[in-house]
Amino acid sequence: MHIIESGNVAAAHGVKLARAQVIAAYPITPQTPLTEKLSEFVEAGEMKAQYIPVESEHSALSVCIAASSTGARAFTATSANGLLYMVEQLHWAAGARLPIVMCVVNRGIGAPWTVWNDHQDAMSQRDAGWIQIYCADHQQIIDTVIQAYYLAETVSIPVMVCYDGYILSHTYMPFELTDPEKIDAFLPPYKPAYALDPANPANLNTVTLPDIRPDIRGQMAPGYMEIRHDLHVDLRRAIDVTADIDKKFSVAFGRGGNPFLEPYRCDDAEFVAVCLGSLSYHLRDVVDALRKEGIAVGVAGVRLYRPFPDQAVINLLVGRKAAIVFEKALSYGNQGALYGDIKAALYPCADRPLVHNYILGLGGREIQTAHLLDSLRTSCRTPDAIGDKPVWLGLKM
Amino acid sequence: MASKTTVLTLPEDELVHPGNRACAGCGLSIAYRIALKALGRDTILVVPPSCLTVLQGLYPIAATQLPCLNVTFASTAAGATGVLGALRALGNTSTTVAAWAGDGGTSDIGIQALSGACERGEDFIFFCYDNEAYMNTGVQRSGTTPQGAITTTTPFSGKRQQKKDVPSIIAAHGIGYVATASASYPLDLFDKIKKAKTMSGPRYFHIHIPCPAGWGFEPRYAVKLGRMAVESGLFDLYEIENGKWRLTGASRKLIGGKRRPVKDYLETQSRFKGLSEKRIDKIQKEIDAKWDGYEQAMGAQKDIAGPDAE
Amino acid sequence: MKEKPFGYRKSHSEPGPGDGGRTGSWRVKRPVIDLEKCIPAKRNKPACFTCWVFCPDNVISRTIPPVIDYQYCKGCEICAEECPADAITMVDETIFIKE
Repeated sequence: MHIIESGNVAAAHGVKLARAQVIAAYPITPQTPLTEKLSEFVEAGEMKAQYIPVESEHSALSVCIAASSTGARAFTATSANGLLYMVEQLHWAAGARLPIVMCVVNRGIGAPWTVWNDHQDAMSQRDAGWIQIYCADHQQIIDTVIQAYYLAETVSIPVMVCYDGYILSHTYMPFELTDPEKIDAFLPPYKPAYALDPANPANLNTVTLPDIRPDIRGQMAPGYMEIRHDLHVDLRRAIDVTADIDKKFSVAFGRGGNPFLEPYRCDDAEFVAVCLGSLSYHLRDVVDALRKEGIAVGVAGVRLYRPFPDQAVINLLVGRKAAIVFEKALSYGNQGALYGDIKAALYPCADRPLVHNYILGLGGREIQTAHLLDSLRTSCRTPDAIGDKPVWLGLKM
Repeated sequence: MASKTTVLTLPEDELVHPGNRACAGCGLSIAYRIALKALGRDTILVVPPSCLTVLQGLYPIAATQLPCLNVTFASTAAGATGVLGALRALGNTSTTVAAWAGDGGTSDIGIQALSGACERGEDFIFFCYDNEAYMNTGVQRSGTTPQGAITTTTPFSGKRQQKKDVPSIIAAHGIGYVATASASYPLDLFDKIKKAKTMSGPRYFHIHIPCPAGWGFEPRYAVKLGRMAVESGLFDLYEIENGKWRLTGASRKLIGGKRRPVKDYLETQSRFKGLSEKRIDKIQKEIDAKWDGYEQAMGAQKDIAGPDAE
Repeated sequence: MKEKPFGYRKSHSEPGPGDGGRTGSWRVKRPVIDLEKCIPAKRNKPACFTCWVFCPDNVISRTIPPVIDYQYCKGCEICAEECPADAITMVDETIFIKE
């Protein structure tokens, strides 16, 4: 069945179909309609879950951490400063290996206050140990939430499902609402290896020493560094798991097929624009226009950002003349973070392309098609003239 | 009312392993050991960073025999909420959820999450063990450090401000049960927890915990000092049950009786060595005024000492 | 070689004694019970057990007579201080080392 609804409602339907058991959230624009919808599902009896209206985002993720540690499927959602208020909990959830799913409805962060869209919130948390997946439309939002639980519970790592505030969260688009029975057949129930249990007591997330030491049976137990190394190794292994789950989902529902990067007109492209989120669909129009001018250009939206799918990036970009990275965030004092990641992935490759970086749309600054068209055209026509520095688009003063 | 527990009827079952890292003479060790006997084995603990984190054991060995979730400093009551949410979602309504935080973890960094959980009416027991400073990080002042106490962040003349009255703040949420207790009165603590276990909703315990290292006294006097705090009328044992306040145990016996001069208590600890006679007098006067208030209230409301006054 | 399961190593501690090692080694003085004075020992029936209640480390048994586990007793002296019969005295550990 197709319905026409907002991106936030698409996410809420994904959470409902995934049968999340504990939901904790705190209001923040532009995430709020998502959790409002969930509270409505729960209060109307359409969804069997505990909805906990906590007093802060810090507590929201704390509730999810504790619920997940006790064996329940947990969900929260936030944006911008709400995400930043959770920061220590983000690292905690990853270190404790809890398969929480959280929607991050991307918004710029203060100061000064902004409520509009960019990617600085999620980007600032790329090193927290979470998996980050970006969505470009409403169908991807609902499908990704469901797949995120599968992925998180398979690899024991929390997942952020990121989508653009307002541009996706508050706009209405049609999307397919899959039958719950089919989702139940796809997504197995949450069965953690250990959950807090008085019959089998354990003390979780205790102080862990720099060195290894024996456990109660006299066998050496790993130390902090081994536990953290596992997190890294398992995140890298999650790349293949993401592909497997995408394949299963495609077979079951006929959607998907591009778990890492979603390419458009890239087959014969000499130039490829790269970005996160809904901007890749905006850039499709720009690519079509430039193709009419005779420029062999395509666009690829990065879907899996952490763990970073280096090999997929290499496969897509090596041999091109230039990769042009458009970003709604940056590592202040340096360059766009995605830009840096792409350059790092390509560095070992002999036939690597030039890489350009455009910073745009911060704090909801309008991204004009004309700006995209001009900058992408310039990058394609005079690729050697751009240089290795971020270029800011849309500055007015 | 249930009959009072005695040393001979206190459960034999020990839920804390010996050989843990708590200091010798730790008041928390006494209160924790007794409280776990009252909570029983069908309990899940939630603990933020504190001396209890150390007492409960460093990975991979646990000194506690109860399942425990260690959480971030500010999130204790929210963590307890999450455990409860999951238990409810999984159909478990019998397991007790008990949060244990220190005075800093309760009165300072943890008060927002605790206030939220009390307002939502979460079905858990929250224990604040109050050793009156950030002991685990090396004796820095907290919201509940008493006036005049020297800490590593009030190093010369002691804390200027009053101790934060956390039980009253929590009671103002209108929850069903708030109690104070002391490590020096383990049976009183045990019976209060037993009573709290028969209730539902948020229940709050504020336990006074003598700390030899932080307060500056020999470990052997830990129990004596806790007792002196009560006998001097400085720390009072009471409970607020469904809004009704009553003194209990040793504090109730002080009504109409003689209180020990607070000076006796203060001069046994090096943390109070910066107090002048004038400041000690001021503290004594404040205690006297507080107790005058109790006795006046008793006159107005005869049952303040409770129906089972001895 | 079979791949490791995901997330199989976490900071997951199991209950057991002696996390802090044999904490009896912290002791400078050892509590010794004089059974002539100890109330339950003298009466040969369950009574008093003040030492058992107040022991922070759960190293005194509620038995007749009470027995102290010197492997873990940290020597805090609370038992000696609280004993209403003055039955517990603290003895310098060096005496026992000579044995």
